[in-house]
Amino acid sequence: MKFYIPQDTTALACGAEAAAHALQAAGIEPVRNGSRGMFWLEPLLEVDTDAGRIGFGPVSSKDIPSILDALEADASSHDLYLGQVEQIDYLASQQRLTYARAGLGDPVCLDNYQALNGFKGLKTALAMTGQQIVDQVKDSGLRGRGGAAFPAGIKWQTVHDAGGSAAADKEPCQKYIVCNADEGDSGTFADRLVMESDPYQLIEGMAIAGLAVGATQGYIYLRSEYPVAHKLLNTAIERAVAANFLGENILGSGKTFHLEVRLGAGAYICGEETSLLESLEGKRGMVRAKPPLPAIEGLFGKPTVVNNVLTLAAISTILEQGAETYQNFGMGRSRGTLAIQLAGNIKRGGLIELAFGVTLREVVEEYGQGTYSGRPIRAIQVGGPLGAFLPESQWDTPMDYEAFAAIKAMIGHGGIVVFDDTADMAAQARFAMEFCVVESCGKCTPCRIGSVRGVEVIDRIVANENRENNLILLHELCDTMEMGSLCAMGGMTPFPVRSALAHFPSDFTRQGRGDN
Amino acid sequence: METSAQNIADISHLVTQYQAVPGGLLPLLHAIQGELGYVPESTVPAIATGLNLSRAEVHGVISFYHDFKTHSVGRNTVQICRAEACQSMGSRQLEAHAKQALGIDYHETTADGSITLEPVYCLGNCACSPSVRINDDIVARVDAARFDELVAKLGASQ
Repeated sequence: MKFYIPQDTTALACGAEAAAHALQAAGIEPVRNGSRGMFWLEPLLEVDTDAGRIGFGPVSSKDIPSILDALEADASSHDLYLGQVEQIDYLASQQRLTYARAGLGDPVCLDNYQALNGFKGLKTALAMTGQQIVDQVKDSGLRGRGGAAFPAGIKWQTVHDAGGSAAADKEPCQKYIVCNADEGDSGTFADRLVMESDPYQLIEGMAIAGLAVGATQGYIYLRSEYPVAHKLLNTAIERAVAANFLGENILGSGKTFHLEVRLGAGAYICGEETSLLESLEGKRGMVRAKPPLPAIEGLFGKPTVVNNVLTLAAISTILEQGAETYQNFGMGRSRGTLAIQLAGNIKRGGLIELAFGVTLREVVEEYGQGTYSGRPIRAIQVGGPLGAFLPESQWDTPMDYEAFAAIKAMIGHGGIVVFDDTADMAAQARFAMEFCVVESCGKCTPCRIGSVRGVEVIDRIVANENRENNLILLHELCDTMEMGSLCAMGGMTPFPVRSALAHFPSDFTRQGRGDN
Repeated sequence: METSAQNIADISHLVTQYQAVPGGLLPLLHAIQGELGYVPESTVPAIATGLNLSRAEVHGVISFYHDFKTHSVGRNTVQICRAEACQSMGSRQLEAHAKQALGIDYHETTADGSITLEPVYCLGNCACSPSVRINDDIVARVDAARFDELVAKLGASQ
């Protein structure tokens, strides 16, 4: 029998290390796999038995002896017995492409990755021209998964075409692939799960991107809040270099791609691509005006592909299975699958990969099974701290980029944060402004100063000070921020504020609250 | 007060290491902080000279990022997640409890030098909130009682 205990952040945070030690004390060396993304079951102990791969969870070190006893007799008699892991409804009903390998084995084991179709996409790409690879990505309909949903193939084409053709007598133009792994939105962990459960998939996608556009250097800009991902990525890159999937003359092809992880330093704004590039250059993470687009003048002034972790991870699937297969998932102009991250006050939180089009209600009610507290859901924030708070009347909106844009909301990076009926939406609106105060890069006045004024105005409204005029002022301030900021930080901070005001006005009318 | 000569000597091997790295300032600052626990003001001239930057530029970068500290911190850093998912599970109450239990506010260090308390905006553990990071370990579903347990383990006086 083979035992598995995950080594991803959430499993570790829930006590996976102690459970692993308890197994070791019983003379069993567990495989430290990645997480399946069913976080409410972590730490999830999996056991390969004659009857298939069965699970127990959430386990603590104290449960190990009784589980071992049950395995000798009748496993299903144990309280924490979950049956066949892959038949758990939460997982079985998903459409996993990017996360197909997540949790199956040791994430940094190269043999395991290759046994599960890993590096097949890279091998296909090595036999193609750059333009052919770019065409595949265009045909797949893949759109950037970071939040802006820009068509990935078009961005790649721009970088491919930039810098003129590499004439024989001329040094080819240096280009870069930059992976945005600064996953700062609250309620998101999809990038982290890829990096911690299947890091080679990202490495493969970046190498393919390098081949496609003619870039020989890649950087993964990783947030410092992810120490586990940092360690695993570095190990994976080291092994990929040793096996010649990265570096000079990849698999004897004559092609080169170097990859390095760079750590951020706790600045949310560095998830904005131009700010990220400044930070990679060793500067303050100040947002740049566009144009020039990073695809033309990006890192160190050179043509650069900046893509999110999930976008790059999807590349290996597209090259391996073909653009058409990928394109067949989804609805309208939103093709492929969406990594939904269910978080906050929710009973069954985790990663849910589905084709676009599922409704918010299906996600929170069927997958999530309601709140963790057992109280009714009051509001749902989709798309991180710059996303709108949605009241129940909007929960039947299908998760599709255009459908969300139509209700002045955004899918963003796919994070869903659930609040129960104890949530104070005026406090949440205030927090949105407060977060902008802390994290604004300071370049644009509406964002830098507007957010400070926003906190003050909301405080006055809640305190019922000159209420009508302050409400007008708040809306005008939101207009100024939306229209006068360079990037989404200042431009979208008003979204949660306005949605809280529009849908939960009663929260702004309480008088004499304790915190005023 | 340490003399700047000592600090320049302390970091010169790091400056040499990152001098030729493209965009090497952030990795260098991480390395200095990893070794000294913070980035002393007195190291700024050596960093600036080594990387061919002005002292103002180096100062500007250090002060921009929340991670870089210019003063010594406690033996342990405890970060409480203040982001929305953790708020939905009671992190506001948790932070109030933590400040009260430790007798310090954010960005402060306990009198015995054991713990520095910091806010953090998302640790990516949002399905099992509220989350706390203690040095490099992230802990899920932390309530007041669990927080006290974790702090007691760090050997802090309560």
